[in-house]
Amino acid sequence: MKIAVCVKQVPDATVHKRLDPATNRLDRSGEGALNPTDVNAVEEALRLKESAGGEVVLVSLGPEKAMDSLRKGLAMGADRAVLVSDAAAAGSDLVGTSRVLAAALAREAPDLVLFGQQSSDADGAVLWAAVSDRLRRPMVSQVAELTVEGGTLTGKRQTEFGYDVISAPLPAVVAVSDAINEPRYPSLKGIMGAKSKPQDVVALGDLGVDSAEVGEAGSRTTVRSVAPPPGKSDQVRIDDDGSAAEKIVEYLAARRLI
Amino acid sequence: MPTLVFLETHDGEPTKGGLGVLSKAASLGGDVAGVVLGTGVRDAAEAAGAHGASVVYVVEDDALAAPLPQPRVDALEAVVAASDAENVLFPASVLAADVAAGLAARLEAGLNWDLTDFRLEGGELVGTRAALGDTVIVEVGWTSTPRLGLVRSGTFDPAPSGGTAELRDVAVTFQDFTTQARLVEHLQETSSGPSIEDADVIVAGGRGLGGPEGFSICEELASALGGAVAATRAVVDAGWYPYSAQVGQTGKSVSPKLYVALGISGAIQHKVGMQGSGTIVAVNKDPNAPIFDFADLGVVGDLTQIAPKLTELLRARG
Amino acid sequence: MARRASGVRPADYPPPFRDTEAIAAPTDAPDERIDVGVLIVGGGPGGLACAIRLGQLLEESPDVRDRLGDVPVAVLEKGKQPGSHLLSGAVMNPRAIRKLFAGRMTIEEMPTYGQVHREAVYLLTKGASVRIPPPPTMMNRGNWVVSVSEFGRFLAEQAEAGGAMILPETTGQALLLEHGRVVGVRTGDKGRGKDGAPLANFEPGVDVTAKVTALAEGTAGHLTSAAIDRFGLQGRNPQIWALGVKEVWKVPQRLDRIVHTMGWPLRKSARYGEFGGSWIYPMGDDHVSLGFVVGLEYADVELSGHDLLQEFKTHRLVRKILNGGERVAWGAKTITEGGLNSVPSRLNAPGLLLVGEGAGLVNVPRLKGIHYAIESGRLAAEAAFAALRRGEAVGRQGALDGYDRSLRESYVWKDLAEVRNMRQAFDKGFFLGGALASAMTVTKGKVPPKELETHPNAETRLMRTGRAAQYPAPDGQLTFDKLSSVFASGNRTRDDQPSHVRVETSVPRDLAEMWHWMCPAQVYEVGEEADDGTVQLLVNPSNCVQCGAISAKGGRLTPPEGGSGPEYTST
Repeated sequence: MKIAVCVKQVPDATVHKRLDPATNRLDRSGEGALNPTDVNAVEEALRLKESAGGEVVLVSLGPEKAMDSLRKGLAMGADRAVLVSDAAAAGSDLVGTSRVLAAALAREAPDLVLFGQQSSDADGAVLWAAVSDRLRRPMVSQVAELTVEGGTLTGKRQTEFGYDVISAPLPAVVAVSDAINEPRYPSLKGIMGAKSKPQDVVALGDLGVDSAEVGEAGSRTTVRSVAPPPGKSDQVRIDDDGSAAEKIVEYLAARRLI
Repeated sequence: MPTLVFLETHDGEPTKGGLGVLSKAASLGGDVAGVVLGTGVRDAAEAAGAHGASVVYVVEDDALAAPLPQPRVDALEAVVAASDAENVLFPASVLAADVAAGLAARLEAGLNWDLTDFRLEGGELVGTRAALGDTVIVEVGWTSTPRLGLVRSGTFDPAPSGGTAELRDVAVTFQDFTTQARLVEHLQETSSGPSIEDADVIVAGGRGLGGPEGFSICEELASALGGAVAATRAVVDAGWYPYSAQVGQTGKSVSPKLYVALGISGAIQHKVGMQGSGTIVAVNKDPNAPIFDFADLGVVGDLTQIAPKLTELLRARG
Repeated sequence: MARRASGVRPADYPPPFRDTEAIAAPTDAPDERIDVGVLIVGGGPGGLACAIRLGQLLEESPDVRDRLGDVPVAVLEKGKQPGSHLLSGAVMNPRAIRKLFAGRMTIEEMPTYGQVHREAVYLLTKGASVRIPPPPTMMNRGNWVVSVSEFGRFLAEQAEAGGAMILPETTGQALLLEHGRVVGVRTGDKGRGKDGAPLANFEPGVDVTAKVTALAEGTAGHLTSAAIDRFGLQGRNPQIWALGVKEVWKVPQRLDRIVHTMGWPLRKSARYGEFGGSWIYPMGDDHVSLGFVVGLEYADVELSGHDLLQEFKTHRLVRKILNGGERVAWGAKTITEGGLNSVPSRLNAPGLLLVGEGAGLVNVPRLKGIHYAIESGRLAAEAAFAALRRGEAVGRQGALDGYDRSLRESYVWKDLAEVRNMRQAFDKGFFLGGALASAMTVTKGKVPPKELETHPNAETRLMRTGRAAQYPAPDGQLTFDKLSSVFASGNRTRDDQPSHVRVETSVPRDLAEMWHWMCPAQVYEVGEEADDGTVQLLVNPSNCVQCGAISAKGGRLTPPEGGSGPEYTST
């Protein structure tokens, strides 16, 4: 079974994530790491490969140095890495990024495509839904348990209303939640072997993607302005004089929180 | 050229989130339409009308019976075409996020997500969202139509305005690939109470509780509020509460509607795990505790007196 | 101020740790072991210079390289990446880096913040500053301002380009010995829980075997300490350390000179044992690096390096420089201070080389160590290469003596000899020490005729003076508390790891409090008092930024899980 895992590099050190004032986009010049939930996806792919055999390919869109974090996935046990790196793709929005990834994935023709998805979804970027539409493949997201047998996948999908057990035929796209597994640490042998595994860098032209359709130029969304958040202007402070509990109830009731 | 609002339904009822976004969209003026997809969803259209939709597009089909996103992309593509919608807004949910992104790819349309507000400026939609862990506020726009937006869950409350909507059925041809995923079965959560990541209300305890017994105060209050109990790293390290309840930089990140912090100083390692919470209420006997810098309601006092009293009052309210 | 000398000596409460714990025989089956040519522990300037020089030499001698197997040179780095655990001022003497890259690259092509043009030294009192002529040891014209973290990343890239394999997030847990010679290093386990039991994703460490092992662990090196103990390499004097706490600030106005200060907020009388000072260096047009250093032989229970830095920033001189700016980084690290007489008696053993600060090669009066690390790394590479090329058993006694010889003939040794008693002179207090230091400079080390002794930092008897009352309350703008500073260091250590800090936990209150104040990362807190008057020491190991101070003052830092700790980028 050929499994492709879509991963992205994110700026490391949560300390000073900042927006580049020149472009109003995330400043990615700091060192990068694999997006933590993508590591869950790589782990799941490796487990499937270990039980069913096959190949695990990492696919990513990013600057050339993103290959460093792809190597971490290779160190865990993935077989190959494909990095789409093209200046024209910088600043791509969901539409542009999904176009590029879909093209790269179509080229690989995997049986299964995995994405990592934060269960609390703070980031909100639902790339897998856009990519699966372009690939014209069935898709299941928020998967907390995944099995593949005889060309069919079964996933336990977690929603606000409980769990839905979904099945779909391969080839398919799955977004796994960070609850699905505990990723392995790469072994030292794995880290050392990663460097000699195939790492391909491809450009948009190699994928037949028109650069006008991606990057800043092809973006369908804009950032108009960035500002610090308004201070909490309506903070309330109470010094307990015996009636604090009542005042808290009043406060919560007024805001319809109880 | 209306604004179309995706009204997710559950058991035939529209979700609060959808009605909230609908109410907000209606308040901006202009044409607002709702869309309901599924089986047995016509009644949901009534609620839509009462919250400001003049038209509700309905697609009823067995392909939409299960709460799966891909057939909904087909359906929305048809509804967008039928309605000539300029804006399509979604209340964020697991399902809606997938639908919105799929639709973005299908229509090659821009999608802005995690919106905490939106407005019309010169007839065009402008959105507001927080970024970088809620440390900056960003104004976002679109370069083409239709403009797709995912609105952060719980941002807007439904505001009934009376009125009825005209129902319009739309016929949809579903693609092969969108109907290949099937619902095998639904499993209800059997856990006792919400997990902290999903909870709307969290009562968190820190060093100020004085010891592991202090957590019974948190548990009682959480039970009265229908919420979950969380803990700071310091008390988890000390063995007062399990690691699965740890909120913070190296624990879980949560953003409930209400976060009650009992005996928590508010060091940044904890703050980054909960600063996105809707309303933060802090009780601490140290008036200089950093948590008071960012709590919405800060109470300086003895939590061992205040919290149990609060629990009692809440229970009395029923 | 009331002074109470409790007389408690940290050295009387030694940690539950023996250096022998870090010595082991290989246990992995031969096909499980990883075999490399030369193994370097530590991806700092010393270790990377060694790797770079080896790459250069092996390129010219492919026959030697072939004998070293698939991985001729490997570097273990415990941080997330090279640079993550590097912190210094720093003003670097370019001599060593120019030699290392002679004919290949000039320093102008390397990441620096430019050369020093102007400098000033001030003697501070609480309300004033007096400019004093820079002591001869502090002339920095011609030296270069660098961020050692950034420079380390650059050196790592060069080392990799030269063929070295850098292995980040990997610790050296034990030195592997066979028949009395060093044959490699055992790396640390990953994925253990708080109680030490393996978790679901447990990954055991491995035996990495090598023909030559170079330890370049920097300050308070774990394996270095074990090696010195095992091979009897102790220097004439015990080793001592200072703690430096540093911040990087973005500032609106350019600082046009490097600044050093002495005096306030440290106290001059010998009884306090407070030796140190500060630096403020420009980093380009819009940033500054500043830090406060204090020797760890101090006596006051409440002395806190972090709070001294915060207090220091409230001085008018410093406020002016930081005005309108914002803090963008924080970190802490110890500095090896013993000088030449604390350097191990020999820096090589069978199969082993000791490089850089770990070997004590730091010039405290000049505040220089980076170029000695680089030069010693280069010389170590040459000695290792020479032995390997001779084709002899590199592990035999004396095979690596060439390293000691070349180091003793180098400027590193000459420089350190001149200042070898200077730091110790300050045991006599600021003024007497200053006078002695001047005499040493003028006579190039011939005064004093008798070598001054050093006492281990942990032997100082503690006293209380109520010092903490003078520390400023953190305001979140100019001054900061420890927890938010630990956050600013990028520390996100997994908190269900086993504790890597070895320290006695039932101790007199004064000792527990001393550790609480000493630690810049708030690892130690004072817990409940027991019936016998001792208190329980609470340890929060996940705050630890691995500065090493605890090792100097009564405990023992060991390496936590690889990848833990700070993620410095600009320190």
